Amino acid sequence: MRVRFWGTRGSIPVGLTVADVRDKLARALLSASGRKFDSYGEALGYVQQVLPGHLGHTYGGHSSCVELDLGSDEYFVCDMGSGARPFGAHVLARQGDRPATVHIFMSHMHWDHIMGFPFFGPAYGPKNKLFIYGCHDQLEHAFRRQQEPPSFPVPFSVLGADIQFIKLEAGRQQNVQGLRVTPHIQRHSGDSYGFRFEFQGKSVVYTTDSEHKLEVRSESELFAAFFRNADLVIFDAMYSLADAISVKADWGHSSNVVGVELCQMARAKHLVLFHHEPANSDTAIDGLLRDARRLEELTRDNFQPPHKLEISAAHDGLEIEL
Amino acid sequence: MPLSHRNYGAARVLAPKGRLDHETCEAFQADLRPHAEACAREGTALVLDMSGLEYVSSAGLRCLMIAAREAKTRAGRIVVAAMQPVVAEIFQISRFNLVLEVFPTLRDALASVSPQAVAAFERG
Repeated sequence: MRVRFWGTRGSIPVGLTVADVRDKLARALLSASGRKFDSYGEALGYVQQVLPGHLGHTYGGHSSCVELDLGSDEYFVCDMGSGARPFGAHVLARQGDRPATVHIFMSHMHWDHIMGFPFFGPAYGPKNKLFIYGCHDQLEHAFRRQQEPPSFPVPFSVLGADIQFIKLEAGRQQNVQGLRVTPHIQRHSGDSYGFRFEFQGKSVVYTTDSEHKLEVRSESELFAAFFRNADLVIFDAMYSLADAISVKADWGHSSNVVGVELCQMARAKHLVLFHHEPANSDTAIDGLLRDARRLEELTRDNFQPPHKLEISAAHDGLEIEL
Repeated sequence: MPLSHRNYGAARVLAPKGRLDHETCEAFQADLRPHAEACAREGTALVLDMSGLEYVSSAGLRCLMIAAREAKTRAGRIVVAAMQPVVAEIFQISRFNLVLEVFPTLRDALASVSPQAVAAFERG
């Protein structure tokens, strides 16, 4: 299974500004001062391998959309944030003239998680099939409503694809074309649901827009059970711990620190920090990643046997092979 | 986590030991409360000497934040001092050094309370 991140930003999409690009370029030129590159490939290699991380890339700007590529003819994706637009373009390019079947798992219907759907190309193709899964009663209503006038020029009713909404139940495992999926209720305004996916011996947990109340021990234990031994946990790490439990308490999000602790409790293998705060620069996200890795290093021997957790920060375009 | 205390002028010093996490934070909060209330009554500051604390988790940090917040509502003050390097690093990682008043040594913390507190500390 390959996990492909099409949108990783929380709340609202963001883009690099002219000032951001100029700053990266100026710093990169300083870093490369005195070097000579004889080809584009040589220069690209320098950018990818030598330049400090935040100069050679950006965490990107699309809101939540994560694909699970099972190597089959059908597509599986979590959430329809603005990352659904490039994901849709990818589906259409790969399918050519062949119809596409896409299974979409919705954590919840807040705007940043559905806003990409009106721009999701496969929804317009008459031979395509879309299955939209979720635990909320108002799932279909939310998709239809955002395309009503005056918000969007194309009503949902004229979309060409065969679109079906399928209700899932929290805690109950369902088999979708060989992919086993179990939803888990999460603390967020209007509720959100995480999903645990299992396929051919590999497991991925997608858990975004989820606040963790540290005073409720039983809740942490339930999440640790949900994450248990997962190969990959895609985790809402929007804030620092101090922000998450003080000024931004009850905003429905979590932190890098709690992500590390829950994954350690669960003995998960790889934590991916996700749903980045839109106000955070690349440097700030680098800092949250560095802090999470250091916390893991400081605390890994607290567990018997010691547990090593790999930690990454998601960026648009990231692919992880399991 | 039984908390014995020492008074230095207008400061009451408590020294939590071991680990402050899910397992211990409820008992820590219960042990801390009477001291925080006494400080509020007496108009003294509460200084947590962290030199014996080996580890603090997110749940433990939350306990400290709640205690400091409760003290503030009673016009009181809780500060922390003399953290072991691992605990100091966890404070920085979680940005709790921006939430709580942190001092490198117990003496520095007492100096922030009053010259009398430092003088009492130095007398031993």
